[in-house]
Amino acid sequence: MLIKKRPSWALSHSDITPESVYLDRRRFMGGMVAAALAGAGVPRLVDAAAPPVQGESLKFTGAPGFSTDEKKTPYEDVIRYNNFYEFGTGKGDPAQHADEMSVDPWSVRVEGECDKPGTYALEDLVRPHDYQERIYRLRCVEAWSMVIPWIGIPLADMLKRFEPNSRAKYVYFETLYDPDQMRGQRSLFSTIDWPYQEGLRMDEAMNELSFMAVGLYGKTLPKQNGAPMRMVVPWKYGFKSIKSIVKIRFQEERPKTTWEMIAPQEYGFYANVNPAVDHPRWSQKRERRLPSGLLSPNWMETRKFNGYGEQVAHLYKGMDLTRYY
Amino acid sequence: MIIPMLPFRILVFLLSGVPFALLVFDIVTGSLGPDPGQTVTETLGLSALQLLIVTLLMTPLARWTHWSGWIKVRRMVGLFAFFYATLHLMAFLQFILGWTDLWATFTKRPYIIFGSIAFLLLIPLAVTSTKSMMRRVGRPWKPLHRLIYPAVALVWLHFIFQARSDITEMVIYGLVVVFLLGIRGYWFGWYSLIPLKAPRRS
Repeated sequence: MLIKKRPSWALSHSDITPESVYLDRRRFMGGMVAAALAGAGVPRLVDAAAPPVQGESLKFTGAPGFSTDEKKTPYEDVIRYNNFYEFGTGKGDPAQHADEMSVDPWSVRVEGECDKPGTYALEDLVRPHDYQERIYRLRCVEAWSMVIPWIGIPLADMLKRFEPNSRAKYVYFETLYDPDQMRGQRSLFSTIDWPYQEGLRMDEAMNELSFMAVGLYGKTLPKQNGAPMRMVVPWKYGFKSIKSIVKIRFQEERPKTTWEMIAPQEYGFYANVNPAVDHPRWSQKRERRLPSGLLSPNWMETRKFNGYGEQVAHLYKGMDLTRYY
Repeated sequence: MIIPMLPFRILVFLLSGVPFALLVFDIVTGSLGPDPGQTVTETLGLSALQLLIVTLLMTPLARWTHWSGWIKVRRMVGLFAFFYATLHLMAFLQFILGWTDLWATFTKRPYIIFGSIAFLLLIPLAVTSTKSMMRRVGRPWKPLHRLIYPAVALVWLHFIFQARSDITEMVIYGLVVVFLLGIRGYWFGWYSLIPLKAPRRS
């Protein structure tokens, strides 16, 4: 696949905030909050102190052609503001409860229309590849967005090793199902039929932007961000970027996805970021880029395909995107 | 035991103000997280629902404890609910909508319509809550204030229509509301739940 040069967004690796700087800032902020809380003596519903830095440092090279120079969302926000309903529906729930999940050892079941099915240990899946860093925009369907430096490998490189055959038109992904480790799956009144399921058309999965992340901000993924391995599909709403993957299946028919099964009129299979197609309950024309402030809300216009039209618009040529949303 | 009314009033006032105080504290200390507008709006809305429910709890409490103090603080709690609802609406307009997309939001989205009607129903209740207004309104005051029943039901719909997957919390709130309305029907007759209906003459 051809990698085009895009100097306008190019961002060299040295532009990233060094770890020591953002860690110091976190410690400083944490100290401030702790001091304020201690002073006020108010019991808080949410633990405001940041969790300790997680993860091992990873070796990687920059991928400037795949990165944006927009301001990155700070580490503490990326790891403390998550949608990972396996651990609860509140934005702070995953950071609080994801520790109940064990990610080592981890294996992934590969099945369906491919010549190399089997159960692969995580190390065997990722070890043959060199890690890259890609700074992508992440647009949540809820109208907020972040900019995150992911570490990982191109999804296509991983999928090709399983040698999908000609009947592989779609690829299906599944998150871990284990109610003992995932309290959200124990909930009595959840409408989600676990496990969480997602899918891509084969050409979407093989697109150069599709990414399998194992880390962020230079370290292995925190559990609340989908450790040990998650997808990142930056031109689609965030819920397509499935976390903590345990199953990959190549198939001929289009898979049904979790959100599509719950509310098909609200969440489609494609879920491409599109300001022209509103969610039935809110507008998708704008987004709040996080962190946002109360007095200075960080509103911006949402771009079609989250600004990645150059790489992916051709995948949907001739399709009515108001119908295939 | 006789509970002195003034300290009780002050206590209820302080407790009702706790969600607001916590919110102000979180704003000042910057501990609302990366999307403070969303958090503020959600917190205010939930506080409004909770205080509406507490308002509805006063009559049963008075009956169970044979103490009229609960009724004497009911207006204050109700006004706090209205206070949170008003701030919630303002926060939604300012932080979530940014005063754009108003027409589509208030005409097309069912959960917004439910919430808006609930808020409109609460306005006359707040306006007629003072002693002098009670006197001026006279006999229809009580049936008028039964508008809190449809209002709280609409607020619940406002929440349940926003639920994305897990409705456990709202199921619990719903059961509480059903209980609080049901017990009134049981005690005072089901007709007593109908708002704006003139009281039966005996």
